[in-house]
Amino acid sequence: MLIKILLIGGTLAFGFLTLRERQPASHQAIRRIALLVLVPVGVVAVAFPGTTVWAAHLVGVQRGTDLLLYTFVMTFLFTTLACYQRLHQVERHLVTLTRELALRESADQLR
Amino acid sequence: MSVHEANDDVCVIVAMYNEASTVAAVITALRGSFNRIVCVDDGSSDGCGEIARAAGATVLRHAVNQGQGAALQTGFDYVLRHTDAALVVTFDADGQHVVEDAERMIRTARETQSDVVLASRFTGTSTAMPTARRIVLKAGIRFTQWTAKLEVTDTHNGLRVLNRNALTRIRLTMPRMAYASEFLSAIVPNGLTYVEVPTTVNYTEYSRGKGQSNINAVNILFDLAVRRMRAI
Repeated sequence: MLIKILLIGGTLAFGFLTLRERQPASHQAIRRIALLVLVPVGVVAVAFPGTTVWAAHLVGVQRGTDLLLYTFVMTFLFTTLACYQRLHQVERHLVTLTRELALRESADQLR
Repeated sequence: MSVHEANDDVCVIVAMYNEASTVAAVITALRGSFNRIVCVDDGSSDGCGEIARAAGATVLRHAVNQGQGAALQTGFDYVLRHTDAALVVTFDADGQHVVEDAERMIRTARETQSDVVLASRFTGTSTAMPTARRIVLKAGIRFTQWTAKLEVTDTHNGLRVLNRNALTRIRLTMPRMAYASEFLSAIVPNGLTYVEVPTTVNYTEYSRGKGQSNINAVNILFDLAVRRMRAI
């Protein structure tokens, strides 16, 4: 049951946070903390396979592999949305640059 | 006073992307009524920028293709920065619009003092519009009437007249064709006045092949939906 709340809540939160126009600087910090946490967790999960089963039972999932799959899907979703957001920003900057360049060129012609 | 002198305060903006086969005729026709024509070459690779320049237009060049909305916004910025034009006409480069319609809309803009004059192909006479296109456009109109709170009968007509006030208040940022809805959505919140004028659209083999495919309506809706979410 707990896992359902975590997964659905997580999906909605990712969608909301990453599609929002304003991106507070804390987002980057959160991403970095997540990375710092994920690496040791990954090491532990590989070194002691039993820990995934233990963690799975904590959130109400039967098998450790299922929990891993869920985590993987969520990470993938987050990465995709973050990339989408980043691309969108870059596209906006590119439009601004292209426009500025076109206007500068025309100003040179007028001179 | 000739027509030319009367329209000296008008700047026509033609956004184009690979329109080498039609743009010369379009600009020549426009020059019969307007002195100032600005073409925004949206990263074309077929040399239509040179053709437009030879035909007598001022040409701005996007180094990279950015979409029609971005090209029009570049034209708007050009008018605001480098000219004192009071009125701007947006005109498609594929030859689907009629210059007389643009002239009529300019007269309407002067008489009514409206900030924006929109063209409608549904109250005017349009030649040979495909049925599927008619259905998609009608659906788009319903959607816009609902979201933009605007009583218009045609939402994706490239022919428009804006005054300087409208130019300073409307900023087009949407990708692809969604800018047309963005444009309409900006009218009411910015307190701009508008009128709609019946016009003609010529559906030629060329404009049909070149124009938007109906499935693109999905892209437009997606872009608009994402924009709504971003605003939260």
